[in-house]
Amino acid sequence: MDLHAFLTKAVSLRFEIAAVILFGIGFMNLMLRHNLIKKIVAFNVMDSSVFLFLASQGYIDGRIAPIAREGIVGAEHYVNPIPAGLVLTGIVVSVSVSAFFLALVQRLYKHYHTVDFDEIMIMAKKKVD
Amino acid sequence: MLPIYQNIPFVCIFLCMVCGITMPLQKNGRTALWTAVAACLTVSLLCCCLTLILYTGEESFVYQMGHFPAPWGNELYVGPLEAMLGMTFSAVMALSLLGGRRTLMEDVLPPKQPFYFTMMCMIMASLLALSFTNDVFTGYVFIEISTLAACAIVMARDTEKTIAATIRYLVISLLGSGLFLIGLAMLYCITGHLLMPQLRQKVFMLLVMNRYRVPFTVVVGLLTIGMGIKSAMFPFYAWLPQAHGGATTSSSAVLSGLVLKGYIVFLLRIFYRVFTIQEIRALNITNVMFAFGVAGMMVGSLMAIREEHIKRMLAYSSIAQIGYIFMGLGLGTDGGVQAAVFQIMVHAVTKPLLFLCAGRLSEIRGHEKSLYRLRGAARQDKLAGIGFTLGGLSMIGIPLLGGFAAKAFFAAGALTMGVKMWVALLALAASSVLNALYYIPAILALWSRGEQDPSPAAPDRGFMTSASALMAGVLALGTMAGPVIAVIRMGLSML
Repeated sequence: MDLHAFLTKAVSLRFEIAAVILFGIGFMNLMLRHNLIKKIVAFNVMDSSVFLFLASQGYIDGRIAPIAREGIVGAEHYVNPIPAGLVLTGIVVSVSVSAFFLALVQRLYKHYHTVDFDEIMIMAKKKVD
Repeated sequence: MLPIYQNIPFVCIFLCMVCGITMPLQKNGRTALWTAVAACLTVSLLCCCLTLILYTGEESFVYQMGHFPAPWGNELYVGPLEAMLGMTFSAVMALSLLGGRRTLMEDVLPPKQPFYFTMMCMIMASLLALSFTNDVFTGYVFIEISTLAACAIVMARDTEKTIAATIRYLVISLLGSGLFLIGLAMLYCITGHLLMPQLRQKVFMLLVMNRYRVPFTVVVGLLTIGMGIKSAMFPFYAWLPQAHGGATTSSSAVLSGLVLKGYIVFLLRIFYRVFTIQEIRALNITNVMFAFGVAGMMVGSLMAIREEHIKRMLAYSSIAQIGYIFMGLGLGTDGGVQAAVFQIMVHAVTKPLLFLCAGRLSEIRGHEKSLYRLRGAARQDKLAGIGFTLGGLSMIGIPLLGGFAAKAFFAAGALTMGVKMWVALLALAASSVLNALYYIPAILALWSRGEQDPSPAAPDRGFMTSASALMAGVLALGTMAGPVIAVIRMGLSML
């Protein structure tokens, strides 16, 4: 494949490529970071990448947002609204998970005076039930 | 005009959610507890009626939410299998709450108690929704609700250890739901649908034309691993023992007995209703599940043998039991999957019984958890001792008890499978021995003569009721396995 064709392909897939890269970054950080606050950030990056992926699948070049306008009636003028609806639901879920996560980290900090996950786990092992 | 019984699934889910929301308005923990128990028992009764109607009528139905027709609206699909699972789950939920109430009232601060029951109602609603929904994205939303509520009931017992366990549980669950969500997004992108029947048509069409085989393998792999992480499939179980072993008694019972199953049931329904089990087999995912299941059966039991803390031992045993379920799914035959569903029911009844009895025994001994300190505790509360013994024997696979019937079905399901048959039969035999290696010493320790004089403990009527009911359940599943497996068979054939 020559360079030009490759670049055209890459540009047309820009959202998917970005989504995959972001998902990788988010997933690895969520798994490997020790700092809990960074874990929360990573979780948000991961979820956002999925939303980007979903939203990009509903997006069609040259069409407008699915809000009824004067004079435009045909469905072929609008982008697909369903992925947007899914993304909205997903954002609600992700916001509530982040809020819960943050509250939990705050609570942990009160008990252990650190947000480092490994240190917490080592300290927790020593505590009796 | 809709027949009246077709409203039952929606009413059940809605009742649990409304109950959950009204919990903070309750005066105190006691009234909240009784409201939650009443709601769960009502749901159980309704689902029981529904099972009978659907089984005798040999029918299943689709309920349209708000009467929007298929490609646009949201739907519930219910057959005899779903109704029976709903019945079991809600009954076990009510009994777990009732049986652990005394420890619960001590472990959870009084102003927080109503919120605890909010979470329990949300878990109940999401379990029902995961069993009934016909829309994969709705399933995802309820998976998240269930995850958050499950984390909340782990940390309800507010000690330093449980909070650390909660955060670990939450992080790993989030990894799982991230993978599941990307799997769903890919499935939607390939097919353009979210409702299971429409997905089925498109997937069938594409697979017949032999297109998108690799993407479908990736999708099924992501969905399986996502749900596997959440339900403690073999390599992803590290979060479970501390989360399930450290929580208060009712939470442990619900988490081990029910929450893990909700995810598996949903995965199973996706397998049957979107793909078919033959296609899953053709995509080779079942082999992976089989291997992980067998490994889980061994590793869970081996870890349990080393464990001295009674509740953590039960938690490790859950990993082994989940391994059985994945092994059954991994067989990829109708017989194997039927056995897996039967095992879901057996474990949903047996493990809460074990956790409640263990919780009761440790409560008698001043909340000691180590087996050494619990020696002779069974003599102080005979019923708890008998319950633990019965549950343990069922896990080992003694005839007349639920666990034996499940193992027999697994063996029967594996018979036509060649190499897999030998692996499955050997694994079943080995895991029975391993189960015996930790349950028998535990049972003997509990019944042995301790140093101190066994004075009978003050009776706890809530515990007595729920332990007796769960024991009856274990015996009923063992002795009357025929009708149950008939319902499962009919339900699976309709999916």
